[in-house]
Amino acid sequence: MNVLANTDSMSLDEFTLSVEGRVLRFVARGDWNLASIGKFHDRLESSLDGIDYDNVHYDFSDVGNMDTSGAYILAKAIRCSDDVCFPYQLTGNSRGQKVLMREAAEASMGRMPRETRQWYDTLVRVGESSERFFAEVYDTFAFLGHFMTVLFRQLLTPHTIRWKSVVAHIEDVGLNAAPIIMTLSFFIGAVIAYMGANLLASLGFQVFIVELIGISVLREFAVIITAILLAGRSDSAFTAQIGAMKMRQEIDAMQVIGLDPYETLVIPRAIACVISAPVLTFLAMISGIGGGLLVAWLGPTDISPILFFTRLQEIVGINHFWVGLSKAPVFALIIAIIGCRQGLAVTGSVESLGTRTTKSVVQAIFAVIAVDAIFAILFFEMGV
Amino acid sequence: MELDFSLSPMEVKGLRSQFGDNVVHESLDFHVNGQEIVGLVGGSGSGKSVLMNTLLGLKEPDGGSVYYFGKDRDSLSSKDRQGLNNQMGVLFQGGALFSSMTVRENIMVPLREHTDLPISLMRELADMKIHMVGLPAHAATLHPADLSGGMRKRAGLARALALDPKLLFLDEPTAGLDPIGASAFDQLILDLREAMDLTVLMITHDLDSLYAICDRVAVLVDKHIAIADSLPKVMNHPHPWIKEYFGGPRSRAALKAGAS
Repeated sequence: MNVLANTDSMSLDEFTLSVEGRVLRFVARGDWNLASIGKFHDRLESSLDGIDYDNVHYDFSDVGNMDTSGAYILAKAIRCSDDVCFPYQLTGNSRGQKVLMREAAEASMGRMPRETRQWYDTLVRVGESSERFFAEVYDTFAFLGHFMTVLFRQLLTPHTIRWKSVVAHIEDVGLNAAPIIMTLSFFIGAVIAYMGANLLASLGFQVFIVELIGISVLREFAVIITAILLAGRSDSAFTAQIGAMKMRQEIDAMQVIGLDPYETLVIPRAIACVISAPVLTFLAMISGIGGGLLVAWLGPTDISPILFFTRLQEIVGINHFWVGLSKAPVFALIIAIIGCRQGLAVTGSVESLGTRTTKSVVQAIFAVIAVDAIFAILFFEMGV
Repeated sequence: MELDFSLSPMEVKGLRSQFGDNVVHESLDFHVNGQEIVGLVGGSGSGKSVLMNTLLGLKEPDGGSVYYFGKDRDSLSSKDRQGLNNQMGVLFQGGALFSSMTVRENIMVPLREHTDLPISLMRELADMKIHMVGLPAHAATLHPADLSGGMRKRAGLARALALDPKLLFLDEPTAGLDPIGASAFDQLILDLREAMDLTVLMITHDLDSLYAICDRVAVLVDKHIAIADSLPKVMNHPHPWIKEYFGGPRSRAALKAGAS
């Protein structure tokens, strides 16, 4: 610690501090700017720490380039308590330097608040996020209710439904998604067949591979693949589209003009999803079974396509097909509602668009799988 | 690279900009003197934003060249260009603050990138800039989404000034502000120029700003700068568009207010 007695002085290349009575003489030299202050600002602070004074005289005769950051650390010599600061004088300064020093002295007067962390912050965050969770569930159901009333009102007067918009969305949600969904489903069918083939062949039950593929694809995989693809592809797009409209106040403009955002944005997307999903599921079933059939035929089980189809018709009941297909519109509705709701929940910032889109996809996939589990229990109890 | 700050901060010679066949600027000449506030006006679609993007280096000129402190930008290495960029601050129209960061963090971004000061000092310098642009102390920890339009502009200005640039670009700084906020902002620009030796180029449609703080007004019309001079001389220019711009009822009212 450099404690200065009242007549000593402290000198470095950049500055000399000397105390005469209660006055600190501060002679600064060279450049005081962003590029240079990093080198000596620590030493300046520690030098100032040890000195006792209540008046500062600055000498800037030898100062080269000075900017706001330089002025700021120079002004650290001006101490303040309760809005009253030490008086200071400048010599050898330019006009700009005087203004800078005034600004800097004022800035150091009102010290800024710090972002402080408390030990209970974790608890606060847990509390806040659980409150948000319940609010989220509540809002989703409130949205569902609003959606249903608008939907039934429109279904009673079908000409008010925006069919053009519905068709446009079917193209995007249904037609454009068909190739990727069929490809994925084909691979899933093939993978299931591979997994089952070896085990069944070793037991001598090769022929059961038809039930394995038929039941799993028809009942579950086709519709789940479709739903997850829709959640990743269309649900996120709904949130992003509607969210961007919300950010640019398009939704507000619609309401002022007298367009109901539910009628113009939500219902067409929901209807498009509900129409597209069963068709996509049907396509997924066909290609999934196709993939399974190929592996069953060319793989270790060696089942000919004719045998495969005969057995599919005789043993695997049509009820599995209907079970799978019946779930599709329900999943589609869930996805559309979650996507649109999160889109409308976007606020002004870019960040909220991002978090809402993420939330939207996560919630949609979660809801689809949860509802699928409920369906499984339901169908089991019903014996189908 | 050492820049000579006594030379003209910015000089444009024979600039040509075009998009496909659409020529936006043709043999455009323009210069800005040190410590001067220059207003740039021009009709919608006259290429003001293209000119500013070219001056900022966001767009390469299709012809002609731009000199900063006597140096041709094209002849500089990429490192020197960055050094030059650090001498320029920009306030974009909407503030263009990074929305995922607080105001203080926004201002610290250029400091973090281009200086090696300790974090605590950066934070204090950011707080000083917040104070200088007239924001309340508690704004430091707010996110841009929580700020009003006027505060967002001030925060954007604080970030533009983070590295103490010599040259400040303002894109419609007072657009969207109420008259009180707008004249306070004008005064702020004057104060900052005095404190920091700034040279300011502002695109503006705010006639009050033009009358109150601009030393010279440059008019971008017919693909070039038709005149860049003090306001009375610009107002007497015979070009029909300039006549209409400064002869309209809004202009006369602003002139009256500026004179009184």
